[in-house]
Amino acid sequence: MTTHAIAETAALTGRTLRHVTRSVDTILTTTMMPIAFLMLFVYVLGGAITTGADSYVNYLLPGILIVTIASGISYTAFRLFMDMQSGIFERFQSMPIARPGVLWAHVLTSLCANLISLVIVVGVAVLIGFRSPAGVAAWLAVAGILLLFTLALTWLAVIPGLTAKSVDGAAAFSYPLIFLPFISSAFVPTDTMPGPLRAFAENQPLTSIVNTIRALLADQPVGTEIWTALAWCAGILVVAYLFAIATYRRKIS
Amino acid sequence: MFTKKSVVDDDERRRREHPAIRVRGLEKSYGKVEVLRGVDFDVARGSIFALLGSNGSGKTTTVRILATVLKADAGTAGVNGFDVATHPADVRASFSLTGQFTAVDDILTGRENLVLVAKLRRIKDPGTVVDGLLDRFSLTDAATRKVSTYSGGMRRRLDIAMSLIGNPPVIFLDEPTTGLDPEARIEVWQAVKELAANGTTVLLTTQYLNEAEHLADRIAILHQGRIIANGTLAELKRLLPPAKVEYVEKQPTLEEVFLAIIGDDGTNHTTDTTTREHE
Repeated sequence: MTTHAIAETAALTGRTLRHVTRSVDTILTTTMMPIAFLMLFVYVLGGAITTGADSYVNYLLPGILIVTIASGISYTAFRLFMDMQSGIFERFQSMPIARPGVLWAHVLTSLCANLISLVIVVGVAVLIGFRSPAGVAAWLAVAGILLLFTLALTWLAVIPGLTAKSVDGAAAFSYPLIFLPFISSAFVPTDTMPGPLRAFAENQPLTSIVNTIRALLADQPVGTEIWTALAWCAGILVVAYLFAIATYRRKIS
Repeated sequence: MFTKKSVVDDDERRRREHPAIRVRGLEKSYGKVEVLRGVDFDVARGSIFALLGSNGSGKTTTVRILATVLKADAGTAGVNGFDVATHPADVRASFSLTGQFTAVDDILTGRENLVLVAKLRRIKDPGTVVDGLLDRFSLTDAATRKVSTYSGGMRRRLDIAMSLIGNPPVIFLDEPTTGLDPEARIEVWQAVKELAANGTTVLLTTQYLNEAEHLADRIAILHQGRIIANGTLAELKRLLPPAKVEYVEKQPTLEEVFLAIIGDDGTNHTTDTTTREHE
């Protein structure tokens, strides 16, 4: 039974992966905004920002990677929405296959697509001067945190994918996620923000995640913030997953 | 070996004791709108059964309940002897659904669509099965093209071919020819006839009277959520006053003219109609 479910999910994931490889423009669109932010902040605004880090691009990259993921997962919502519209979703539902397999296929595809986008963005950052003294273990830890974060946000993206009434609605939910990094330590240190804003910025999930990745990439000790970051990722993942599955059950009953 | 035999016996028994589809007292409302208000019908094994009705009469709702993608408010429905509410997994293994809107993947090729369904239905040798179906539905030449380049008729043919993988004993076709041009409609009709000839039970919904007349062994008319007539074409005709003999000049329909001029399958079709005219 379980092996069947795995084989089915693999077949369905093969299908959605082809959607990604046959529309490479979706990956380019995904990376365009973070790369534009990267250029804008490094070359236009960066000169005026004092971060205490040796180079601004080193300071900035973790936040840009978060923006990349936030912009990438909106395609999961989009692809899921298109499946719901086209009737192929109903075909899968009416077949003797394990039911959440259809959702898992989209989620696994999102992990692959976002991984590619992240590699491209890191590549561009290296081209414009990003350097990291971090070793293999630190890079693996960064990859692990980013994948966990992608997984959590992708399950969040499943919800609008299932419930949206229009394509625009399916994609629009990611806009707040793309701009949330601005009120965090992603682009500028939080010290200069006014009281309440600073309190929000310092305690929202992105700040702990960004600070942890920044410390890992700079080969600095991460302290306890890594546990805060992991707890946020796991918490978002569990809540988003439960809501997504509940939405799915309501949709197919 | 022993277990296999008893499974076969179970199948046999179910086949003898249950019709392919049995629907009793089916009710479904969306909010305050009562779509189905007590629907009953049986579909005999190996027959083509047409559910005829205008838009909004509840045809699609009935099919979606039978296909286990929608739950009924009241009543029972069984497919291949399995209840849709209590044994949905067995029901899903017994039928294939070709919905009102073609459920094909535009970004994959025709072949990839078929292979995907074959994998999901755990077919041992997907390649051979898929090649057979491509050939049978005249899609071999287009097999490696993206489905987004297909015509409406080709998409529908691919859609039906996808439903046939794994030889399910029952097929639901929900308005299979809506939106198709006359040629494509005839292709679909041909495919449906072949299905029934091979012993598959077909439940067809349609709003086209001539489609039901052409294809179905039995026709049920669904109107405002109830079956108001159910019988063979001959039985339904008997519901009306006896035919009078009148001399009427037989004008070809525009469809017959169209098909005759473009010179496809049209001749067949015209002969069909003429034959019936003599009966």
